[in-house]
Amino acid sequence: MKSLILFFILLTLWLLMSGHYSRLIISLGIFSCAFCVYVAKRGKLIDDEGLPIFFIPRLLNYIIWLLKEILKSNLSTAKVIINGKVEPETFTVKASQVTDVAKVTYANSITLTPGTVTTKMEKDVFEVHALNSDFGNDVRTNEMDNKVTWLEGKK
Amino acid sequence: MELILDIFTGICFFIGSLSIIIGACGLIKLPDVFSRIHAAGMIDTGGTAFFILGMIFQTGWSLITVKLILIGVFIFFTSPVTSHVTANLARQKNILPLGKKIGKIL
Repeated sequence: MKSLILFFILLTLWLLMSGHYSRLIISLGIFSCAFCVYVAKRGKLIDDEGLPIFFIPRLLNYIIWLLKEILKSNLSTAKVIINGKVEPETFTVKASQVTDVAKVTYANSITLTPGTVTTKMEKDVFEVHALNSDFGNDVRTNEMDNKVTWLEGKK
Repeated sequence: MELILDIFTGICFFIGSLSIIIGACGLIKLPDVFSRIHAAGMIDTGGTAFFILGMIFQTGWSLITVKLILIGVFIFFTSPVTSHVTANLARQKNILPLGKKIGKIL
């Protein structure tokens, strides 16, 4: 089942990237996608971690929220750089996700919003460096943590 | 119609260039490694996102639009990884960040 989903994702990617729809090119695409799926299956790569399909239903909603958040913190980072009022702080937060993929998504989301960077992680504790106490408070309110847990949908 | 799209592209390129310039200033101005990563992150997200948006206004609906969006998606997946690797390497070399530390640090 999962290998079929992977096959169709790869085939869509091939059709979108190539832009040539002759019979030869499409059959070559089908062949190479099938070969990739076979190699991935032999390497036991097709599991929840390799193909996190449980994200898909709520993914669009989360991405829109994340883009809004990135835009906001981009503005405040620009302000901090221009003003020169830098008071860095380091703290730890606890991640409440179950799977490793969701934890990585949470850590990446923290890093993707300018002004906060995940510097270390150990099991479910992240060490976060923030440019300013405002950015730090944004992470410490756990809004993003709750969003990623909701995206994961296992609780 | 062409003119409106050109104006939108211009605005997007302007905002993108502005955030890249501010990010570059931050790279020089900010005090230590960890603070400078934030400025680099600003270039990665704000700069590239607005440039790609401006280019999408020029291409309209075609396969090139899909490719531009894919470029954006891949940058959004890889840029936090490089930031995290830089920060993590600095921590492994026992460089402690400036400023206050709240609670117990790993």
